[in-house]
Amino acid sequence: MDLYLPIAEMSVNALVIILLGGGVGFLSGMFGVGGGFLTTPLLIFYGIPPAVAVASSATQITGSSVSGALAYWRRGQIDLKMGSVLVAGGIVGAGIGQIIFRALQKLGQIDVAINVIYVVFLGVIGGLMLYEAIGALRLARAIAAGADRPAARLRRHVPWIAALPGRTRFYKSGLYISPLAPLLLGAVVGILTVIMGVGGGFIMVPAMLYLLGMSASAVVGTSLFQIIFVTAATTLLHATSSKSVDIVLALLLLSGGVAGAQLGVRAAQKLRAENLRLALALIVLAVAVRLLFGLTVPPTALYTLYGQ
Amino acid sequence: MRRLALLLLWPLLAGAAPTTLISDISQGRIDINTTFKGADLLVFGAIQYPAGAVPDAPPDIAIVVRGPTQPVTVRRKQRVAGIWINTDSVRFESVPGFYAVATTRPIADLADDRTTAIYEIGIRNLQLAPASGASEAETLSFERGLIAQKQKSGLFAEIAGGVSVTRNVLYRARIAIPAAVPVGDYAAEIHLIRKGRVIASSTTPISIGKSGFERWIYVMAQEHSLAYGIAAVAAALMAGWIASVATRRG
Repeated sequence: MDLYLPIAEMSVNALVIILLGGGVGFLSGMFGVGGGFLTTPLLIFYGIPPAVAVASSATQITGSSVSGALAYWRRGQIDLKMGSVLVAGGIVGAGIGQIIFRALQKLGQIDVAINVIYVVFLGVIGGLMLYEAIGALRLARAIAAGADRPAARLRRHVPWIAALPGRTRFYKSGLYISPLAPLLLGAVVGILTVIMGVGGGFIMVPAMLYLLGMSASAVVGTSLFQIIFVTAATTLLHATSSKSVDIVLALLLLSGGVAGAQLGVRAAQKLRAENLRLALALIVLAVAVRLLFGLTVPPTALYTLYGQ
Repeated sequence: MRRLALLLLWPLLAGAAPTTLISDISQGRIDINTTFKGADLLVFGAIQYPAGAVPDAPPDIAIVVRGPTQPVTVRRKQRVAGIWINTDSVRFESVPGFYAVATTRPIADLADDRTTAIYEIGIRNLQLAPASGASEAETLSFERGLIAQKQKSGLFAEIAGGVSVTRNVLYRARIAIPAAVPVGDYAAEIHLIRKGRVIASSTTPISIGKSGFERWIYVMAQEHSLAYGIAAVAAALMAGWIASVATRRG
């Protein structure tokens, strides 16, 4: 079923895009990640212009985060105060990211820049996840063999974050820290949202847990809350400045993603958490390696065209 | 001397009913809608000879379909620290968004280089107007890169033998318009060539534009970009909310 995308200005197979959204949705339901870091590169592999892929992926994430955020909201697991600070930082970051995005577009380096940033982030995060997953698997095996469960390490605050001025209380997060730290974290993730077309949950969640020391129950909900607002702001920025948001593409991805996520959640309940994390780490690393490969092999076409 | 004689004779020749081309196209307007996968444009017509004297030799015809020109920057990738990144660039000021030429015979056999250059028959005769300080050889390699990319995406095409002629009078050619075609005002130029000279030409306009839903979305995104952005966010939120309600019930 061929469909012409009005903004990407190309004809795509709608079924492929829906399946792509579904596949990523399946993984995100399974692993509890947004999946933007997979959607954008997969769209680029398919031939969607990178700028359109990034912008439309951000729009799709807004939609796919809603159902999760609503579920956490009903359970009272969103820290609105923390979320607002993160959103404020995120919007500032999105603005900065947009300036960088435009500058790279003008220089003609946006395609390469998106790829390089992806390789670095996916490589580092995939590597860390793999390391952690293998550790968890070993531990699980050791416990099965009769070893004692080691005492969980507890480090409440990172010293330099605790030293920041103007501390305030975040009840649901169980924190008494300066809002500068989450503001900065929000800004960094906001920049990534604009340039990479990701929600940033895969950076946000570990940073909230290990850098800010937030209580685990509020982490995912607050992260989703932040993602909705920052991806929405990103959509607006892309729509008004680079005009590269393809609403048809975003809705196709969403329709597949929603169904895929449900299947993913069901599949996850039948699998062991350690194996899931190992699989996710391998998928992330595989995407990074594929992108790196694309950057280093001599391109089939040395010349690329850029219309104005 | 011969040239002077020709010049003097010209008004007489022109006055004596010249050969004319009658042409038409299958679609004067090509709509890009939701199911657009590209189009086949049929250019056809007849040659009207003075006093109906149809020659024995088959005529040579070149049909050029071209789209609006636009500036294009061509960037060349180079290996820097192990990865391929864009380095040098050359800007071409007037690159047709689409250019296809169908001819009865290979272009080199139709006419000399000067004639084909003047009428821009053949991809290598396009005047792309490179604007750069690069050397001629450098610019040429960028031009080749541009042409190769355009050919790969079906936006530049040369179809030797693409024009078929029936009884030396009727001609027709099929031009493939790919899905990635830019919108705008197009023209089909038909040239009748005899003994290496263009003796008659005719031009038919074509317009290619987005229609219906596609057009609406495109215009919204371009001209009311803030409203479009808000609508995109609202649509995404709605879709997410509907999904949430549906799965809670299910």
